Amino acid sequence: MSSRLATAPSPTGSARPAGRRGLLGTVLGKQPIGSAFVAPYLVFLAAIFAYPLAFAVYMSFHDYFFTAPGAIVDRPFVGFDNYVTVLSDPAVRRSFLNVGIFLVINVPLTVILSLVLAYGLNSAIRWRTFFRVSYYVPYVAASVAVVGVWLFLFNENGLVNTVLGPLAPSPSWLVNSKLAMPTIAIYVTWKQLGFFILLYLAALQNVSKDLYEAASMDGAGRIKSFWNVTVPGVRPATTLVVLLATVTGANLFTEPYLLTGGGGPNGASASPVLVMYQKGIEQGNPDIGSAIGVLLVIGVLLLALIERRFVSKEDR
Amino acid sequence: MKFRSRNLIAALLAVGLAGTAAACGGSDSGGDADAATQARGAITVWLSNNKEEVAWGKQMVAAWNSAHPDQKVTAQEIPTGKSSEEVIGAAITAGNAPCLIFNTSPASVSQFQKQGGLVALDSFSDGKQYVEDRTGKTAEQYKSTDGKYYQLPWKDNPVMIFYNKKAFAKAGIDTAKPPLATYDEFLATSRKLVAAKAAKAAIYPAPSNEFYQSWFDFYPLFAAETGGKQLVEDGKSQFASDEGTKVANFWRTMYAEKLAPQEKYTGDAFVDGTAAMAVVGPWAIATYKGKVEWGAVPVPTSAGKPASETFTFSDAKNVAMYSACKNRGTAWDVLKFATSKEQDGMLLEGTGQMPLRNDVAGTYPEYFAKNPDYKSFADQAARTVEVPNVANSIEIWQTFRDAYSKSVIFGQQDPGAALDGAAQKVDQLAAQS
Repeated sequence: MSSRLATAPSPTGSARPAGRRGLLGTVLGKQPIGSAFVAPYLVFLAAIFAYPLAFAVYMSFHDYFFTAPGAIVDRPFVGFDNYVTVLSDPAVRRSFLNVGIFLVINVPLTVILSLVLAYGLNSAIRWRTFFRVSYYVPYVAASVAVVGVWLFLFNENGLVNTVLGPLAPSPSWLVNSKLAMPTIAIYVTWKQLGFFILLYLAALQNVSKDLYEAASMDGAGRIKSFWNVTVPGVRPATTLVVLLATVTGANLFTEPYLLTGGGGPNGASASPVLVMYQKGIEQGNPDIGSAIGVLLVIGVLLLALIERRFVSKEDR
Repeated sequence: MKFRSRNLIAALLAVGLAGTAAACGGSDSGGDADAATQARGAITVWLSNNKEEVAWGKQMVAAWNSAHPDQKVTAQEIPTGKSSEEVIGAAITAGNAPCLIFNTSPASVSQFQKQGGLVALDSFSDGKQYVEDRTGKTAEQYKSTDGKYYQLPWKDNPVMIFYNKKAFAKAGIDTAKPPLATYDEFLATSRKLVAAKAAKAAIYPAPSNEFYQSWFDFYPLFAAETGGKQLVEDGKSQFASDEGTKVANFWRTMYAEKLAPQEKYTGDAFVDGTAAMAVVGPWAIATYKGKVEWGAVPVPTSAGKPASETFTFSDAKNVAMYSACKNRGTAWDVLKFATSKEQDGMLLEGTGQMPLRNDVAGTYPEYFAKNPDYKSFADQAARTVEVPNVANSIEIWQTFRDAYSKSVIFGQQDPGAALDGAAQKVDQLAAQS
């Protein structure tokens, strides 16, 4: 609609050809008022995202550290030295592997569980509102508080191991180098499920009832109609869920910081953001931290592009 | 074409932002430090969040303000953050650090100094003299690599082994003189405690990976075993030695036999009765009051050195003056006032922490007569080892912790080999000044 309005000829016939509109016209486009409306958000984006990102890129190519105002220090250009340092650091490489493991578990689990639960919560079931609220509560609860509960559940003498008895893993979940990251992935899936369920619930409202009726008349059962009507019907939401889960997952920090005592055991649950915090803030090497951050941004962008290509192929 | 020109403008904007960033990075300007050293007027100080220290700080500030109404001091607790050091580092960068912080970690001093965030106390005519007269020979450990004092050694918490007398009694162990002097004795006592189910763990040092956790497991025992060596001395790591390996192997045995748990504990394991012993300083005594019947002994050594020869980690917190301070003359006077004999006595009375001054026991005999529990800590305060004041201090401790965690806590590498590997990295880091 808006594009049709934008290309409609002027009633007075006074519109100038695009090539003669000058720089201001090029910057503001054909809808200057529209540009004015989006300008505040653009400024916000520039100040909160673009500037820090550009600054991080700058820091990653210099021998940079934070100083007091007025301190005169040399911050020479070091080329790719910080990137070489980062990539040759086993702790950093391990953190990227860890977050890869995390995403492989967390993203599919998030998509499947939130879609299935949203489908269930969209049906006429008893206690529907109660369940909707219940799934949403962990998402709004403070991480620190919820982590405390999980520590209680998953420690060596916790409820989970008590229930499992002889089947309990040794070493226990959070100090087991093979299980620490999967445990975090499951924790994050559970904690964020409520938000993704909401996205799917909204998407499910747009799937026409007629399609279900048609599927039913064609003899499809609940599973078949779920697979052939619901899943394709919420594909745009799935794209969004996959992208958001990937981006938030790649920025994992609180859980390894609190749940496994700083990325333990022995770095098995350290995430790139945790290592970035340790090196950039704690150890006073923001140049190294920035290099990790830039690599993480590139990695997430590539991953997001690949995911978008596969998940949303029918939308394009 | 239009799309391309918009992309071009966006790209130019991005380059412009980067350029601005680059300009900001190099736009530092100088200040008039000499004039500030003499300047007097209102100042702000930050106190630790510890309840007892806040109470001491408030009375100290009130006493100063009543005598100096023209040089008002405003005190506040250090703003909340993941750690005090992170908050202080951010304040230095922002240029809004207070004049004095009564909770500066010695491990962070080299970093703050590199940031240009600290004022050398030597810049005051009586600065060096005051520090050395008050603290004595121990002050040497707090000198920076340029030979200046950027921190005033304020108070320490000599780390010792606390033990729960009830748990020891339950396991049939002597509670007056428990056998904890040698590694063999300590291990045998630990085994008895766990076997008798007097506590789930004999001792519960935090097994997590934060850089500072080694100050409460490896480092006190290393200081004791070596007779007072720091982790790094004269730019060289000291821990990849026979003594360091002995300490690491001792703790490895504790973890391997599950006498010390590998899993993080939420809460205070000693207060909760989960652990029969704790490695901690006298600051914790207030939290044990009415909850644990405790005793304290020096940290163990392989040969069982007598208490009078046993060193330990100081767990000190110091006072530093920050370069954002405009009225440094007042700040220096407040610093001397807050660390005077009278105020140090009030700090000891209110917090149980040992002022870092010569002969604490002899200076405050009445206090120690009234509080005999603290006497052993005062004796121990004469033999403490600080973290080394070297470049990349935090990175050095994190490197050490990673190696220790992998080998000692989780047993994935031989402790001796892990210490050797960490020593090489630490030597490189210490050499960067």
